[in-house]
Amino acid sequence: MAVWLSRSGNVARHLNGKMGSLGILNRSLLSHPEPTHQRNSLPTSPIEQSYRNPAAFLGNSGTLFAVRHFESIQAETHHDSRYDEHENQLLDFPGGKVKFTSDMIFISESPDKRIKCYRVLDDNGRQIPGSSFQPLSKELSLRIYNDMVTLQTMDTIFYEAQRQGRISFYLTSNGEEAINIASAAALAIDDIVLPQYREPGVLLWRGFTLKEFADQCFGNKGDCGKGRQMPIHYGSRKHNYFTVSSPIATQLPQAVGAAYSLKMDKKDACVVTYFGDGATSEGDFHAALNFAAVMEAPVIFICRNNGWAISTSTSEQFRSDGVVVRGQAYGVRSIRVDGNDVIAVYSAVQRAREMAISEHRPILIEALTYRVGHHSTSDDSTKYRAVDEIEHWRSARDPVTRFGKWIELNGWWSNENESELRRNMRKKILHAIQVAEKVEKPLLADLFTDVYDHPPSNLLEQERLLRETIKRHPQDYPPDVPV
Amino acid sequence: MATCLKRLRRFASIGRKGQEYSTTCDEPPKLQKSGKTVNLFTAINQALRIALETDPRAYVFGEDVSFGGVFRCTTGLVEQFGRNRVFNTPLCEQGIVGFGIGLAAMGNRAIAEIQFADYIYPAFDQLVNEAAKFRYRSGNQFNCGGLTIRSPYGAVGHGGHYHSQSPEAFFCHVPGLKVVIPRSPNQAKGLLLASIRDPNPVIFFEPKWLYRLAVEEVPEHDYMLPLSQAEVICHGNDITLVGWGAQLSIMEQACIDAEKDGISCELIDLKTLIPWDKETVEASVRKTGRLLVSHEAPVTGGFGAEISASIAERCFLRLEAPVARVCGLDTPFPLVFEPFFMPTKNKILDAIKATVNY
Repeated sequence: MAVWLSRSGNVARHLNGKMGSLGILNRSLLSHPEPTHQRNSLPTSPIEQSYRNPAAFLGNSGTLFAVRHFESIQAETHHDSRYDEHENQLLDFPGGKVKFTSDMIFISESPDKRIKCYRVLDDNGRQIPGSSFQPLSKELSLRIYNDMVTLQTMDTIFYEAQRQGRISFYLTSNGEEAINIASAAALAIDDIVLPQYREPGVLLWRGFTLKEFADQCFGNKGDCGKGRQMPIHYGSRKHNYFTVSSPIATQLPQAVGAAYSLKMDKKDACVVTYFGDGATSEGDFHAALNFAAVMEAPVIFICRNNGWAISTSTSEQFRSDGVVVRGQAYGVRSIRVDGNDVIAVYSAVQRAREMAISEHRPILIEALTYRVGHHSTSDDSTKYRAVDEIEHWRSARDPVTRFGKWIELNGWWSNENESELRRNMRKKILHAIQVAEKVEKPLLADLFTDVYDHPPSNLLEQERLLRETIKRHPQDYPPDVPV
Repeated sequence: MATCLKRLRRFASIGRKGQEYSTTCDEPPKLQKSGKTVNLFTAINQALRIALETDPRAYVFGEDVSFGGVFRCTTGLVEQFGRNRVFNTPLCEQGIVGFGIGLAAMGNRAIAEIQFADYIYPAFDQLVNEAAKFRYRSGNQFNCGGLTIRSPYGAVGHGGHYHSQSPEAFFCHVPGLKVVIPRSPNQAKGLLLASIRDPNPVIFFEPKWLYRLAVEEVPEHDYMLPLSQAEVICHGNDITLVGWGAQLSIMEQACIDAEKDGISCELIDLKTLIPWDKETVEASVRKTGRLLVSHEAPVTGGFGAEISASIAERCFLRLEAPVARVCGLDTPFPLVFEPFFMPTKNKILDAIKATVNY
């Protein structure tokens, strides 16, 4: 559909009234001194098929159609060569050469169809015939399943522990076990992970123990974070897992800097950074993707699009076709995957890793999933979403069950294995909590260390004064922090 | 008096709005090793060059650094060290600092430039919530000590709201960061190298007004000056003056004038604002009994308030007069009204006299 700007104020006002502010007009309506440059055939422009803004689609108007038809006959007869000549002409601007067009066409705000979502297993854990994927061995599959069950059980028990007042806070990864474990399984230990906060499964996969998880949640002296942060703010240097921080999306540009370092040091490794759908609204997301593309950094951006940012659904978060389409805007290769499909996630991350490292490029993966649990122990999501919606995803769409079916179909897993695993895991986790609960907290001195590499004089003075205060008023202070 | 004036030779070539001031000191300045007379941006350029030479994992980046930077501080670096180590970034301060944190967390020296301190605010979250807390929150498993943010700050005569700001106070309130401000080319090179090599994230504010106007002998070799150590650059007995950056040269002029009225001033360059050297300032105030702090940034909530409160706590009974603050007004930095806004020599001189005569 050809468009042209109105030269006639009256017509413009009239048409504007009909079509709203987009002002996409059919030029043939208007008297125009220049010969037509109109296309012979109607291009299949996204505008015509736009389902979002019917006002933009003039084809419905009978009157206009008739006029356009007349014009197109004229165009056919005598303007082919001049049309071609202009059509092929390139304009040279900073940024490179572009072909020009005399048709004023606005790119639609959304593609004709949503970007397809890559999956390998169907909802019943059966491999979809003809799917391309990275095969998983029995050993790897069982290990993945084991860790998914561990994560699920750990989440349940730690959540209960918070409810019982034993830890101050917790947040679960219910529904996102496949993203956590399968993505981690596709990475190497040398790949640097910068998490948001809903990816403890990646740390679990890498070998962080139940004791270490519990120690951090209790903030006891076994916590490598030295009791400074809220529960679930894990971090482990030896597992190449950067410490979680609460602010959203701040890890994203940092991931690019870390990836640049790997590239410059010529390491056979990449950076993987995780974030949710909400994070993609932050400026740091935009900064990170843009920097990653310009710096040619080997970083994989994994978005856990779980539909909710606390109580804000994705329809209130953005109007694009999810997150995957944003990649191209920055020059980043992207893919959308079924985040609840272990094999799809595993395959996509593995391929992304290959490309990131060998081609020095960022990759964006949008993993579609659902946040089955509440945002955290400070949230009751039934206040803003339907209970049956939650239940549907918890049961019918559970990624653990789905992968469980696959390993069962392969003859690698039985009901006995299942109950034994869950029983043992529950015992281990309960035990870890019981032990961690009794371990004393870090020393008071750890309040003052690590602000800088060495404490400056103002902190030495403050520690001295605080210790005097504690002697005078011991009842003001928790007894489980050794002074 | 002679000692005080001898040291003032360092500033012999500086003058606001082109006015020269000459000292009455005719003794030649003490020369350290071999040094050429260079200006501030050249001294900084030297420091950056040395940083890149001595550490193969040092990087310099920011907006427009490739061609030499809008203040010429990064001239010639990309030619010598290559586009992988000296590079332009997209126009995005939060990206620059976030990227720098990630680079530093991997053990590199990330030397980032924010083109004007007025534009540092988009990076405030990355600086305060991330860089400052990176080591602490991880239990010292991780750190971004290799991060240094360089940024031109302060009045330039015609900069208005957005090319003149002194935002140091915002960052002085953040445990985990260091804030360093040099007063001259010689100082800048040593302090910048120390900041780059300090294992903590440092924000290094460069007085843009001095980029061309301040010239000094600067040794060509690699040297560092200690952080968190204030320097008494002029000894005196009647009143202590504390300042940093470009303001020191104004304060020196006030000291010279005060000298004529028989007031002996002790002038201290704080250099590092956090963690700051309370001990040196306290020792001086114990001697003089009077304190005056001067900075370009607006007076309310400025760093002068912290110095004033701390010294009042420590030296209350010794003080002969309230601590004076001669600072910028509590307005956005104005264009036409800049001369009225600024803490000028005469405002300082008036305050010195008022304090001494309290």
